[in-house]
Amino acid sequence: MRHRQAIALLALVGWFIALYLGLHALGIGGELKCGTGGCDTVQTSRWAVQLGIPVAFFGVAGYAVILVVALVALQPAWALRRGPTLLLAALATGGVLFSAWLTYLELFVINAICRWCVGSAVVVTAIWLVALHALRTPETRTDP
Amino acid sequence: MEEGGGLAGMKRFYVMLGVLTLALVAMLVYLLQTNPSAPRAATQAPTTVVDDGFRGYTLGSDKAPIEVTEYSDFECPFCASFASVQMPTVREQLIATGQVRWRYRDFPIPSHQYGRYAAHAAQCVGEQGKFWEMHDQLFFNHGWAQTGKNPTGLFRDFAKAAGADVARYDACMASGRFASRIEFSRQEGLQRNVNGTPTFFVNGTELHTGNRLPASDDFKRLVDSLAARRK
Repeated sequence: MRHRQAIALLALVGWFIALYLGLHALGIGGELKCGTGGCDTVQTSRWAVQLGIPVAFFGVAGYAVILVVALVALQPAWALRRGPTLLLAALATGGVLFSAWLTYLELFVINAICRWCVGSAVVVTAIWLVALHALRTPETRTDP
Repeated sequence: MEEGGGLAGMKRFYVMLGVLTLALVAMLVYLLQTNPSAPRAATQAPTTVVDDGFRGYTLGSDKAPIEVTEYSDFECPFCASFASVQMPTVREQLIATGQVRWRYRDFPIPSHQYGRYAAHAAQCVGEQGKFWEMHDQLFFNHGWAQTGKNPTGLFRDFAKAAGADVARYDACMASGRFASRIEFSRQEGLQRNVNGTPTFFVNGTELHTGNRLPASDDFKRLVDSLAARRK
């Protein structure tokens, strides 16, 4: 249960980061708060839009799915089932691979680092590690 | 019972989830509201225009027999195309060989939202001796001109990549001290009947290529013919 709670909290943080970047991609909020990082360089690169959709919205959707799955998995009817644990691990693996690809582009193709993107990469990696740990832990729970 | 399970554990979790949500919403609102806009002084034409004696940054030898003056706008897509496709050849074949000196003059198009601001950014980096590096940053990474987004942070990144001291650049942009110089350049262009960008003058005579953007070959032919005439 604690794994799913941790994943839900992390996904909520990730969702807000992705939402902030997504709103910026829509022109809301103007300049990104990024210190001296290269957020705008990354956000205006040709990699910032995939399939006609700003990349941040893949994050918004991905984190939302993980959050909803984790919250549903916490409900009594699902608490002891193995399925949500496997699904969360699969979703987190997809997220971490996508994030790794974006980080590779930042470091070696665009040559600029966006701190918010790094933040999201850290969050999704944490979700992935928790999800992997959950796979090795049996779903046990007793009523209070 | 596993840790975190049970009614008390779930209650604690939902409280944490609620508190975290509120904190994140507050943070998002803060991030979206406290957003610095492009300094007004650097984005708008000044009310008074003063001639500070500046006549544009140049590239090439002072002794070059031919001077090309370019009236350009950093937000203009044709100018970006010329700068990224034709200009490297011009630099290599005509400027580096000492045949041509290139002079860049600002001619921000009024309908361009950030053209004047970009020109100011180039001037602020130019005073640090890196005008042409900033010129290339602005033209080679031209995506900013299509998005319509506030490019303040991006231009700061460009200034850094061009080799400028960012603190000095920020102070310069905030002061808007080159706005008058940029407007003077635009008015000079208007007096020379410049009505679009890019417009080129070769030794004072406007280069006409019909509706076509000039290519490096146009300049090469012209330079060759002027050189032959001098012999």
